[in-house]
Amino acid sequence: MVLASGLRPDSESRPDSESRSAPVVRLSQLNRYFQLGDQTVKALDGVDLVIETGDYLSVMGPSGSGKSTLLNVLGLLDRPTSGDYFLNGRLTTGLSESELAHHRQIAIGFVFQSYHLIPRLSARGNMELPLVLAGWSPAQRRQRVDEMLDRLQLSARADHLPRQLSGGQRQRVAIGRAVMLKPSILLADEPTGNLDTHSGAEVVRILEELNQEGITLVVVTHDQALGARAARQLRMVDGRIVMDQRVDSGAT
Amino acid sequence: MRFPDALAFALQVIRRQRFRTAMVMLALIIGVSAVNLLTGLGEGARRYVVGEFSSLGKNTLIVLPGKTETKGGMPPLVGEAPRDLTLGDGLALLRIPGMQSVAPLIIGMAELSSGGRVRDSLILGSTSEFFRIRQLKVKLGKALPDQDWDLAAPVAVIGTQLKKELFGTSSALGKWVRADQRRFRVIGILESKGVALGHNLDEVMLIPIASAQTLFNQAGLFRIFADVMHERQIPAVRQRMLEVVKARHDGVEDITVITQDSVLAGFNRILRLLTVAVGGIAAISLGVAGVLIMNIMLISVSQRTSEIGLLKALGATQSTIRNLFLGEALLLALLGAFAGTVISELLLALGRLSFESMPLQTPLWARLASVSLALGTAVIFAWIPSVRASRLAPVEALGSGQGV
Repeated sequence: MVLASGLRPDSESRPDSESRSAPVVRLSQLNRYFQLGDQTVKALDGVDLVIETGDYLSVMGPSGSGKSTLLNVLGLLDRPTSGDYFLNGRLTTGLSESELAHHRQIAIGFVFQSYHLIPRLSARGNMELPLVLAGWSPAQRRQRVDEMLDRLQLSARADHLPRQLSGGQRQRVAIGRAVMLKPSILLADEPTGNLDTHSGAEVVRILEELNQEGITLVVVTHDQALGARAARQLRMVDGRIVMDQRVDSGAT
Repeated sequence: MRFPDALAFALQVIRRQRFRTAMVMLALIIGVSAVNLLTGLGEGARRYVVGEFSSLGKNTLIVLPGKTETKGGMPPLVGEAPRDLTLGDGLALLRIPGMQSVAPLIIGMAELSSGGRVRDSLILGSTSEFFRIRQLKVKLGKALPDQDWDLAAPVAVIGTQLKKELFGTSSALGKWVRADQRRFRVIGILESKGVALGHNLDEVMLIPIASAQTLFNQAGLFRIFADVMHERQIPAVRQRMLEVVKARHDGVEDITVITQDSVLAGFNRILRLLTVAVGGIAAISLGVAGVLIMNIMLISVSQRTSEIGLLKALGATQSTIRNLFLGEALLLALLGAFAGTVISELLLALGRLSFESMPLQTPLWARLASVSLALGTAVIFAWIPSVRASRLAPVEALGSGQGV
């Protein structure tokens, strides 16, 4: 199956090597229009984009430039008005709602500015949610979540509710949740937007670490400093990609 | 998503949103208890009436003067007859093959007095057979004497309550009771039996049938009770009774013979219908509870929009989200129905303690119906909110409200 071979990032493959496998993302002439009254807003206007496995992208641009729409489309949360979107070589336009849900589950991880943790669930409960939805058994879940809590240095906070955690801890829980099922692409929308400098740096460090392990990382941000860390920097204006620049060595 | 996980998820929500949970459960408790209590009352009344008539005995036939022309339905309790039912009719019935015993009955009111105490009381005129047919027992003294029907002996058997009112705590046996211009010597006191067939037998005085005829200056009988030897003989004996009395009444069939079965069947049907009717009315409150469930679930969906968006982003399908919300409503309904059932059972048990003669009990069908109605209502009314939740566009859902 195309799905099975394409969705798990192969740990052996080097990000920069020309592999035979399809790129994680290929957008071709992608449009996303919104109707506001009698005016059509072109949030995405003929976007062509290829993201290779292991890429580290930042997307910057002014408000309303289409960054968030791009992220939503990449995350299969929003459907393009026209154009093609290949995820791991497979055309996603025209898939049913439940097929899209399946792809979101196994191939995509989200990190939001406002964390989007469920307030009544503990850190552990929030982190294991993707595994619960995927039907893992409690024993399997416990092992996987324990590993992740340990890695994110949250073991001591496992049973705390989100309101008992600091912003940085909350975002770490959210990241743990996003990568729980080892997605091929991690989409982060202003991941440090609500954090102080120190917590923000910690979150960025974790994201970049995950990227080095082979997870493709896309960060949408207003923060020039954060955007400048990425190996590949996109700039969007009025729904178009106006700059696509590779920097030799992203700051690590 | 595995079933226990979905259950745990719904339980989490229910535990955290206490006020909402309390409101829904309250509505369901009221609905379920209303159905259970009202049907319990109806069933209690039915059993009470059935029990009363069962005290007549299976083999007893009752002869009433007058004839109902319509088939079925209730027999006339008050008959208008051109010809009286006489003691001679009763004696003729006694000669029918298969007849075990016959007891005539006259009923009237009279002012009783003894030693300065005066009281109006119901007087039953009958024979010794009446005690056997109606299963009456004397506590003290003896029953009416076993003698010829037309012997107007001045003796009486009185109920316990009447004895207390006329004689207080002193002994009544052998004392005289005055009824209008006549005097009766008390020869027995009935065992307390409570209310039966509408008469409180604790408050009556029983005298021989001939004495009652003279006391009330009335020859016609109010009823004749007749016991057959075997239950299977009832149809044949009943037919024969009609023929015998018809022959004695110039060839006019002007009596009604009812059996315990016909009386019971009538009351049974009416009271069952009544029980179903009040149960149905009470079920409306479950419908109202359903509307509340719908509103509360709609509010819940709009409050948890961002959670729904998140679940979708994490790969939950539409059906998963719909089932999560439906399951939550179903779980609430289950808890509410359970609590409502327990509460109504407790109230009915309390009622049974207070009114010992009323066998208050919710029939099984009503218990099952109230619980399944509660569950059904929850699913039906939670359906629209749940589907609405499942169809939320993930982008908009995530955008609304700030997560924690």
